[in-house]
Amino acid sequence: MAEHMPVDKTFKLFIGGAFPRSESGRTFQVHSADGDLLANAAKASRKDLREAVKAARSAQPGWAGRTAYNRGQVLYRVAEVMESRRSEFTSVLRATGMAARAARTEVDRSIDRWVWYAGWADKLHHVLGTVNPVVGPYFNFTFPEPTGVVVVAAPDDPPLLGLLSRIAPVIVSGNTAVVATGGPSTLAAVTLAEVLATSDVPGGVVNVLTGEKGELLPWALGHMDVNSVDLTGAPDGLENEAVAAAADNVKRIVRSDPAGASPYMIGDFLEMKTVWHPIGR
Amino acid sequence: MAPTDNPPETFGIDYAPAPESTAVVDIADSYGHFINGDFVEPSSGATFPTVNPATETHLADIADGSAEDVDRAVTAARAAFEGPWGQMPGSERGKYLFRIARQLQERSREFAVLETMDGGKPITESRDLDLPMSAAWFFYYAGWADKLEYAFPNRTMAPHGVAGQIVPWNFPLMMAAWKLAPALAAGNTVVLKPAETTPLTALLLADVLQDIDLPPGVVNIVTGAGATGAALVSHPGIDKLAFTGSTDVGKAIQRIASTRRIPLTLELGGKAAHIVFEDSAVDQAVEGVVTGIYSNQGHVCCAGSRLLVEESIADQFVERLRRRVSTLRLGDPLDKNTDVGAINSADQLQRITDMVATGVSEGADLFQPEVDLPDKGYWFPPTVFTGVQQSHTVAREEIFGPVLTVQTFRTAEEAVEKANNTPYGLSAGIWTEKGSKILWMAEKLRAGVVWANTYNRFDPASPFGGYKESGFGREGGLHGLSPYLRERTGGTRGGA
Repeated sequence: MAEHMPVDKTFKLFIGGAFPRSESGRTFQVHSADGDLLANAAKASRKDLREAVKAARSAQPGWAGRTAYNRGQVLYRVAEVMESRRSEFTSVLRATGMAARAARTEVDRSIDRWVWYAGWADKLHHVLGTVNPVVGPYFNFTFPEPTGVVVVAAPDDPPLLGLLSRIAPVIVSGNTAVVATGGPSTLAAVTLAEVLATSDVPGGVVNVLTGEKGELLPWALGHMDVNSVDLTGAPDGLENEAVAAAADNVKRIVRSDPAGASPYMIGDFLEMKTVWHPIGR
Repeated sequence: MAPTDNPPETFGIDYAPAPESTAVVDIADSYGHFINGDFVEPSSGATFPTVNPATETHLADIADGSAEDVDRAVTAARAAFEGPWGQMPGSERGKYLFRIARQLQERSREFAVLETMDGGKPITESRDLDLPMSAAWFFYYAGWADKLEYAFPNRTMAPHGVAGQIVPWNFPLMMAAWKLAPALAAGNTVVLKPAETTPLTALLLADVLQDIDLPPGVVNIVTGAGATGAALVSHPGIDKLAFTGSTDVGKAIQRIASTRRIPLTLELGGKAAHIVFEDSAVDQAVEGVVTGIYSNQGHVCCAGSRLLVEESIADQFVERLRRRVSTLRLGDPLDKNTDVGAINSADQLQRITDMVATGVSEGADLFQPEVDLPDKGYWFPPTVFTGVQQSHTVAREEIFGPVLTVQTFRTAEEAVEKANNTPYGLSAGIWTEKGSKILWMAEKLRAGVVWANTYNRFDPASPFGGYKESGFGREGGLHGLSPYLRERTGGTRGGA
């Protein structure tokens, strides 16, 4: 039998649960650490970003409307599928030049990180909400709600753990995400998109754009239907003017630890709602 | 427009004047900035007047803060942060806050009268809301100062350093208290800028701070208008910013803070929907709607300025509303029988007048009760617009005056759709006797505060703040403490 001829994968975007090419027809080359050409990845355009935001917006009420228990199970399902693709994630990290042991460790940590966040879905209210002892006969309580559509700049380092550590705290509470990625995290993001597409995550909850983060982020920061932008993985050269545009609709700007994990990081993408009702007979 | 079909129900009662005495206040001819524990002259020598909006009487000349004045204040605040205040155990810091709370309670009448003279709000409101709430805010946060390690589990927190705080003119002392109390409890020092039309109660607070021996520089007060605020926002020595005011100014501040990466809290404008269902306790709902929009002359960011009433009861409800509005007593804010006081400034009166003219020209139906407006001062009658379309300017833009728009709806879904159809998201009101509908609505409304079968309630233990373009961060409660703290090592700094 003849030697198997490898079937190379076409790297595309992930928008609304589908895998389109960039509407612009633009691509960029992704190379391994050894310099081998791995793919001509889709280079997302401004219109792709707008389509991704639209998909995220339409998916958001349904995702937030799931019970917290259900969201937790869906996220846990993602971890199950990632586990079954451990070798693929490991080779993705190896391709970025990471040593075998380090790559395996990062994949393990990434899966564990995701499981950790899955469990927060129905607990974050306990930690971040309050019942408030006001003066007067009122029942008064404060509880968290998702802020809406969040654009996430995927960190370059660590490429997989950083990606998952920034997406999980966004979507666990019911936000939907548009992930802007490029550079070292491109391969991990494309692979993650395939996991998300084959888990029970509804289309549009996570959308993945590959390309130039420095190009995508100013568009995201100026987009009037984006509620929050996570700049943790933003490139250094991001202009002040671009960040200032976030004020046009009072976006929540987050800068955090690329590989950290905390319920307070979930809190960065939450709104707090306080409800009053009189107590009486 | 004369309400000929709705005669006011006065029951023939004629109220005798019942003005609160002003003898209790002692207003100086002029005030400097309060920096490093002392009142100091403005570097430029420039001043501006503050007037009583109910009489147009000149009250005092106020120091106009320059960038140099702001710099002196920030320097004093930095020294206090690195000196006594920063070294002080939380338990001791808390005691200073308790002292402030007690002083405000003891001198409550003096503060209330001064607040009403400088800002035009009815004395019943400054006496029964602004002052008790200001004292309560300090008392509440005083108790947090030595319990910070219990506030945010598994986090080691530290103060930011010097906080710059800018407060508006609608609740001058109360807004200062909302800002100062959590900042100080967390261990920050502060440079506070009161609004230019209402600086007097903040300056009287400075007197209290001297009396309780607060270490110099812990709280500094620089008076002035927009340019002073801009100097404060741009000062490189500021570690944390908090602003309450208009959405436009808030956005400008966010632009600066985001590029400097300073944590920011914004409490901005609103266009709250006040939703009344047919199964509500209608008389209570009428009172709630009136309180929601006419208290403090509608100078309230969370005012229920858009009434959404279920179509089946709309005519009846509007009729009752008009009758109730016709009984509101407008006049001398110092009079204890006054419901609607003076508009805060000539500028604000002009804005309200222009907005109402726009409402009329766009086709909404105007209702104003017959009221005698005093000859002097800034006044605007309580106003109800019916026949309002979602596209009307008066239904979309914040007026910040005693102007209510009325729209109708047929289903709860439609009410939610209309309520959320705004870039703002500060507050909302719901009136229905059906509990499950309240909770369903409360979940669906995109607003930071939802009042059900009540309206305009505030408490230091209750977080307050907006969704969307109404700002971010909370004031009050545990959630109001966190913006004044940062994680000691690594982690998020929060905000912009």
